[in-house]
Amino acid sequence: MLKECIVTEKLTKCYGNVKAVQDLDLTVYSGEIFGFLGPNGAGKTTTIRIMTTLTKPTSGRVRINGLDVVKDTEKVKKMFGVVQQHLSLDRDLTVRENMEFHARLHHLSSSERKRRINELLDYVELTEHADKMVDTLSGGMKKRAAIVSSLVHEPEVLFLDEPTVGLDAQARRRLWDLVRRLNSDGTTIFLTTHYIEEAEALCGRVGIIHQGRLIALDNPLELRRKLGLITVETLVDNKETHYKFFADRAAATKYVQNLPPDVKTIIIRDSNLEDVFVELTGQKVGDV
Amino acid sequence: MSDALKDVYSILWVDLRNLRRHWRSLVATSLVQPLLYLVAFGYGLGKGISLEGVSYLAFVIPGIIALTSFSTSFSGAASKLQVDRFFYKSFDECLMSPVSLYSIIVGKALIGVIRGLISSFAILLVGLALSPMFIISPLFVLVLLVSCFVFALFGVLVAFVIDSHQGMSTFNSLVILPMTFLCGTFFSLSQLPAAAKAVLYVLPLTHSSECLRATALAQPFPFWSFCVLFAFGLAFFLASVFVLKKKSV
Repeated sequence: MLKECIVTEKLTKCYGNVKAVQDLDLTVYSGEIFGFLGPNGAGKTTTIRIMTTLTKPTSGRVRINGLDVVKDTEKVKKMFGVVQQHLSLDRDLTVRENMEFHARLHHLSSSERKRRINELLDYVELTEHADKMVDTLSGGMKKRAAIVSSLVHEPEVLFLDEPTVGLDAQARRRLWDLVRRLNSDGTTIFLTTHYIEEAEALCGRVGIIHQGRLIALDNPLELRRKLGLITVETLVDNKETHYKFFADRAAATKYVQNLPPDVKTIIIRDSNLEDVFVELTGQKVGDV
Repeated sequence: MSDALKDVYSILWVDLRNLRRHWRSLVATSLVQPLLYLVAFGYGLGKGISLEGVSYLAFVIPGIIALTSFSTSFSGAASKLQVDRFFYKSFDECLMSPVSLYSIIVGKALIGVIRGLISSFAILLVGLALSPMFIISPLFVLVLLVSCFVFALFGVLVAFVIDSHQGMSTFNSLVILPMTFLCGTFFSLSQLPAAAKAVLYVLPLTHSSECLRATALAQPFPFWSFCVLFAFGLAFFLASVFVLKKKSV
């Protein structure tokens, strides 16, 4: 039996006439890694800001473990940790001091603080960098520092808003491993990203938001199956690539064999979540 | 209540860490301006002049202490809070934690109070060395403490309201700097026309400098000015609560 963790009901947020989020109905279950995808400006960050009490919804509501984020703000705040898109560590402090600040804000006793901070530093292999100023760390280390800071109070849910933006490939993979490890140790993860392969690599289920509306919600394989598991890319007149989707290789091959001779550069490959995403949102990611 | 106090300390703790790391430069920079005023106006220009029955030096020292408490408390609270909000984004961490808005506001004001008190006492020591007339009573210390608190809360409010670095420096040039010169710090308001007086009495620094000067020179204490100063503090606090609540909508 799946336990509901984050539930939104008809969640709507307007800024003037702009509807950043519209009638969002979404359920995230305990123990999953849920990916929230969307082009830039689709409403991902607004949704996270509402879920984490920074912004109030115009209408509708969000419950985390049954508690309303607007009415039970204080209690809800103990249940989640947040790593924002932009680094939100205090750069006048060391990594350890940042963690201690979080621990203090969450009312941990002095001995609990010490134990928990050392444990977490060890968990993400930052122990030897603990007493360095935040600004002297690499991008990947900063992100890891931000993550462990948000975990000091042992939250059940971790919100990660675009966690790997600006990281190099090595740092990104390392962070993915950390996210998987946190999840297998029992933390529910709500992750937004506009890197589709990130969602594919990490998430059991994804929701795609476009212009404030949820337009797809399923596991990545099922979303691909709906579109077609095989993609054929063709280049016409050396100008624009066309994409066609087929249920299996046989159908794809048959299509390719019957193409007119002026169609060039044919690629037959497995479809991916990005194909789904682009088909649904009608544009390349991050290119609004 | 004790939980709220703990939260206030948690908020202050970060800024204290920062102060501990940079206290030399922070204290030194906050002293440059008032020391220059003291030398230029008090010692240089004001030598031999007397005002309201006392030497100008004795007159001006409490004013300079008032402006020190004003500018240091204000900028001490406002500048770090602005950095936290816009550059570090670490202020969001406070907002997402189970700490009440009231504790956040008071905690963020306290760093201004502490920096204001340090700088004011430093100027006070210089003042004592220069002017034998100077009296430090418990009332003087109380007024100074209240002043620093009021101005730090003012800094918190302004840092919440103004959303850009440019806006902040404009505010400093148009409001803060004129206030440091005009609010009874360097001259007596009794010399001014009624209209100018009316304007200046709407500003908190005027009341602070009148109270400080009265206690320092053993003149009758303007009790109502002290009340107005308190009222300003309360108003800044409530306005900060209001703005912060509105911002999170």
